[in-house]
Amino acid sequence: MIEVKGLTKRYGERTAIDQLTFHANKGEVVGFLGPNGAGKTTTMRILTGYMPPSEGEGKVAGFDLLTQGLEVRKRVGYLPESVPLYPEMTVMQYLDFMAELRQIPNRQDRVDEVMEMIRIADRADSYIGNLSKGLRQRVGLAQALLHKPEVLIMDEPMDGLDPQQQIEVKRLIREIGKEHTVMLSTHILAHAQELADRVIIIKGGKIVAEDTPERLSAQRAGGGRIYLEVAGDGAGLAEQLGRLPGLGQVRAVSDGNFEIDTLPGADVRGAIAQTVVNGGWQLLELRRDAATLEQVFIELTAGEVEAPAGAAAAEPVAEEEGDAHA
Amino acid sequence: MRNIWTVFKREFGYYFVSPVAYLVMFMFLVTLGLIFSYQLGAAAQFGGAPDVAGWVLGPFVTLALFLTELLTMRLISEEHRTGTMELIMTAPVREWELVAGKWLAALGYYGVILLVTLIYALIANSVTQPGIDIATLAVSYLGIVLFVGALLAIGLFTSTLFSNQIAAAFAALAIYLGLWLISLPFQDRADTVGDVFNYLNISSHYDNFSTGVIALSDVTYFVTLILFFLFAASQMIESRRWR
Ligand SMILES: Nc1ncnc2c1ncn2[C@@H]1O[C@H](COP(=O)(O)OP(=O)(O)O)[C@@H](O)[C@H]1O
Ligand SMILES: [Mg+2]
Repeated sequence: MIEVKGLTKRYGERTAIDQLTFHANKGEVVGFLGPNGAGKTTTMRILTGYMPPSEGEGKVAGFDLLTQGLEVRKRVGYLPESVPLYPEMTVMQYLDFMAELRQIPNRQDRVDEVMEMIRIADRADSYIGNLSKGLRQRVGLAQALLHKPEVLIMDEPMDGLDPQQQIEVKRLIREIGKEHTVMLSTHILAHAQELADRVIIIKGGKIVAEDTPERLSAQRAGGGRIYLEVAGDGAGLAEQLGRLPGLGQVRAVSDGNFEIDTLPGADVRGAIAQTVVNGGWQLLELRRDAATLEQVFIELTAGEVEAPAGAAAAEPVAEEEGDAHA
Repeated sequence: MRNIWTVFKREFGYYFVSPVAYLVMFMFLVTLGLIFSYQLGAAAQFGGAPDVAGWVLGPFVTLALFLTELLTMRLISEEHRTGTMELIMTAPVREWELVAGKWLAALGYYGVILLVTLIYALIANSVTQPGIDIATLAVSYLGIVLFVGALLAIGLFTSTLFSNQIAAAFAALAIYLGLWLISLPFQDRADTVGDVFNYLNISSHYDNFSTGVIALSDVTYFVTLILFFLFAASQMIESRRWR
């Protein structure tokens, strides 16, 4: 569905993205994860046909980004970062306008359908300028879905939403992800982990890692980490666990609480549970450390320390400039 | 092509929720109303036939030279500033369709103002025996439409240059005044140079229309201006993608 090779974009002297090569399969939710200024928005603007790359090539929904931009635009739905909408229009007027621009047949029916789906039908006659950020986000999503796009591209869809609204938008994205190819960007790791089938981590315009969230966490830092809690003090359990294959260090954190490092690859949770139960201990909790991908992310996207001081310091300033002109 | 109509409808609707657009209409109608009623009073006192072209459309041309940039300044710059351009440019719409739709909508708004000025023509007609010359009036209105069409195309173009509306407005005003005053230093020259600069003067091309004459050179002048600036506008929008 998305297939790009060597994508590069320069703004004057500044290289925003540098030789990106990646793909997204049909029906896949791909998370584009990176710190601010990493080049997420730039990449998405290229994928949506908003601007051409300085170098590189790619196909979206089967059409060439460089020569068939109009065809690409017909098949892509886009939720831009700041959700730019016309404040003086009502939700209904706006969606009708976008549906007409996209030449959707029976567009009144489709607009009603999408408003139901996104749950904004009750705000159909509200002026967009009066809507909360969460509702505007939903109007933006509705707009992106009107034409049943083959590919849906969302730039920081959770940004600026309160936790309740985030849950709602996540639910929508999961629902949408069942039918559409979805690419969403975020600088918040937990969102990528929760929503994406596959995560592409970018930093300074370059891809630094790409895999499923599970495998990414397993691959790095000697695998993952598992927390285990049993009733009582769990005396002797550490020794027994130490004999299991695929485990690294086993530490007793406190009475009955253990931290287990796992080696890359195998899922050892079943074996651990077995050992606990067979040994006559009572299993209270067994969970994989959710923070592990976080460590991967920090590990991969840190390194600013080693980068030339000037380049790192210039980044945030330049980014604000870029956004203002966008 | 259908996109032009879609853009037209949205844009045309915008003028009726825009305070600036109402203000511009208000300025036109109040100023023209005052001039017309004063002239009508003077004509009643001292004799003389009502002259719609001279009393209404002449001042209309002058007002348009000073006010049109207020209608056009937001057209593209606002979409760039607020980011709505991003959604337009990722919809399957061509640049020229966007430009044509916006231009036609602005022309439509001017059309509404012009329709209101027909009241003055009706009044003039009712106090004149056997009535005013309808053919001449129609030609004058055609000239006005071409004239404001050119001003709108220029303003639309300058609006593609800046994200700041005020800058877009001043740039348009500078071009309007330039085209209006360009011949001033050459007015008395009867040579080729004088001819060229007099040809470039925008208001002189309206003058023939106001006397009921449709001259090819005048039509060509306006149509060329319109096409040139609309084309330049859509090229500018396209080129901004590449930056
Ligand atoms: N229009 C622009 N002009 C100049 N530089 C830009 C522009 N847009 C983005 N940049 C620069 O490109 C880099 C990547 O930006 P962006 O794609 O917005 O990153 P992200 O979305 O990941 O935060 C940043 O360093 C930013 O300053
Ligand atoms: Mg961004």
